[in-house]
Amino acid sequence: MSSSIKHPALSDIFNKDEARVNWHDDTLWWIRAKRDKVAHGISEWEILRETASQIKNNVLSNLHDYLMVFEANAQTNGIKVHWAANAEEHNKIVLSLLQSKGINQMVKSKSMLTEECHLNEYLERNGVDVIDSDLGERIVQLAKEPPSHIVLPCIHKKKGEIGQIFHEHLGTEAGVSDPQILTETARIHLRETFLTRRSALTGVNFAIAETGEFVVCTNEGNADMGAHLAEIHIASMGIEKLIPKKKHLSVFLRLLTRSATGQPITTYSSHFKKPRKGQEMHVILVDNGRSVQLGREDFRNSLKCIRCGACMNTCPVYRRSGGHSYHYAIAGPIGAILAPNLNMKEYSDLPFASTLCGSCTNVCPVKIDIHDQLYKWRQVIVKGGYTSTAKTVAMKVMEFTLSSSTRFKLAGKIGRWTLKNAPFTVNNQLNLWFKNREMPEAPKESFSEWYKKNNK
Amino acid sequence: MKVGLFVPCYIDQFYPNAAIATLNLLKKLGVDVYYPLNQTCCGQPMANSGYEHLTKNCNSLFIQNFAGFDYIVSPSGSCVLHIKDHLHDDQREQDARNIRHKVYELVEFLTDVLKVENITASFPYKVGLHQSCHGQRGLHLSSMTELVDVPFSKPMQLLNQVKGLEIIELTRPDECCGFGGTFCVAEEAVSAKMGKDRVEDHLMNGAEFITAADMSCLMHMEGILKRKNSQVKVLHIAEILNAE
Repeated sequence: MSSSIKHPALSDIFNKDEARVNWHDDTLWWIRAKRDKVAHGISEWEILRETASQIKNNVLSNLHDYLMVFEANAQTNGIKVHWAANAEEHNKIVLSLLQSKGINQMVKSKSMLTEECHLNEYLERNGVDVIDSDLGERIVQLAKEPPSHIVLPCIHKKKGEIGQIFHEHLGTEAGVSDPQILTETARIHLRETFLTRRSALTGVNFAIAETGEFVVCTNEGNADMGAHLAEIHIASMGIEKLIPKKKHLSVFLRLLTRSATGQPITTYSSHFKKPRKGQEMHVILVDNGRSVQLGREDFRNSLKCIRCGACMNTCPVYRRSGGHSYHYAIAGPIGAILAPNLNMKEYSDLPFASTLCGSCTNVCPVKIDIHDQLYKWRQVIVKGGYTSTAKTVAMKVMEFTLSSSTRFKLAGKIGRWTLKNAPFTVNNQLNLWFKNREMPEAPKESFSEWYKKNNK
Repeated sequence: MKVGLFVPCYIDQFYPNAAIATLNLLKKLGVDVYYPLNQTCCGQPMANSGYEHLTKNCNSLFIQNFAGFDYIVSPSGSCVLHIKDHLHDDQREQDARNIRHKVYELVEFLTDVLKVENITASFPYKVGLHQSCHGQRGLHLSSMTELVDVPFSKPMQLLNQVKGLEIIELTRPDECCGFGGTFCVAEEAVSAKMGKDRVEDHLMNGAEFITAADMSCLMHMEGILKRKNSQVKVLHIAEILNAE
């Protein structure tokens, strides 16, 4: 998924089809509106957000201790716990667990962490067939695309396009796009998968240190189907997914889906505490840059994220550029503050893919100061030398002009004169503003010129 | 009460009428207002582009111009927010701190400091209010649709006092217009699309004028309106509050 084409160019491509942009924007706005409605139905909503944020503060400040407690309790329950410093280690652990059982087929429910680690590609290269059991993920998997949204992986696809994918891969009739028929087809296809796979991998929404159990939230019950029928259940989790006690869970469950889709709660919030008889249960605790982010004072808050996707649904840029324009496993505002931690050069464009409007920060159920972090990442990226020389030169010229009132006034005069007398020098294709917008009209005098004449 | 009028650079150069209206409005309300002649820019264009380290000279110049006032008032929520959040100076940090606390966006200065309740203005038109993000979400000029909060709007509080003015309802009352400073050219495609969509909401709901507490958003929307050959005009809120 790594790409040298950056967000502005990818969004430019996305915007070639304006009707599609309108459709994408409206679809996600509808979800944002649902979120608003359900949030406004809870008078203590802001207290809930604050509580969740504080609980996560506590977790991040005591992460080491909670991880040790979780590991000990999980082991007592009979869960095998593994530690992975990075994506590569995580993928190797999964593969070795499968190989130890002679398994070459796996069913996997939603896990953004495995997207981050590129697990599917790795397993396929090593002869393991993976089927994603979340319907949206299955659709993008068949289309050989990454998810474009962390909660709604195929939100960029229209019904008709999904019908075409089903026709090609699952044998539905050509031209069928009735969601009822497509869903039924997927059910039958996945039912077969659930019954025959000996291994299942799930993500983890919350891991409870106190009890050593973990909680997986889905709407389709696909995580449960996979995990209950398989002889080995592997759960992959980022080390930040912990919460201290079981009593804290309700705070997060109340926030998660209300923020994500405007539902009161996920259809299934399943607790996994110990393997059933004859089954193996494994948890892989993955760092992959998280401890580095934890050490970045300005950005550690980003680890509070519970992956609800509310910041994407509300982001006016995301809605009009699509998830793939972020060229990272996690798109949108939250992706833009997580990605540079992993590779500042590759993702140097993402913190700039925002107007800093602040809507993301307002919808975030754990109160991550997303737009402030975007601003701060911009400073880090520029200081790190990951911006173009042209931009730096332009900024230095701007600084030179604006730091002296004489120079500023002269530049203003020249600018206004040019707009008036030589508009062709600015009203052309070299001026990106002019592509879709007229330039402001130059007034006959600036305010300061007027003021000097009219006051005193 | 001595008030310093801070006129953002692009307003000075391109929208003098917004600044004139601000000055006259403050005078009309009996404020002792001064315009320091050597002011330039708050430094936000550099800072938001990741070059906050280049804003030191702008910061010292700002402090030179505005340290002596009881309040600093500006017709731009965005520039005021930048000063509030980022004005620093190693040599004059105490002055910088004072300014950060004394700088007000025009609307909040009128509602919170002057506590204006009777604006003598008349503007018999249908007006769409654009909630500029930095004013709204940064300075809390209005409640925000994302938050579960008691609804309020300081700009609306003032516009409601204007004779004949009819506020139109928007489908999305507080979505960003897509200007975003250098974002408007760095992310041209998305920026322009956001601008088009925002303007469309106002047009669809029958606005004759679009107003805001930030001229930069209005400049963006004006560019879109003119490209569409629309008759709808933009006006800074000060121009409406000062209209007779």
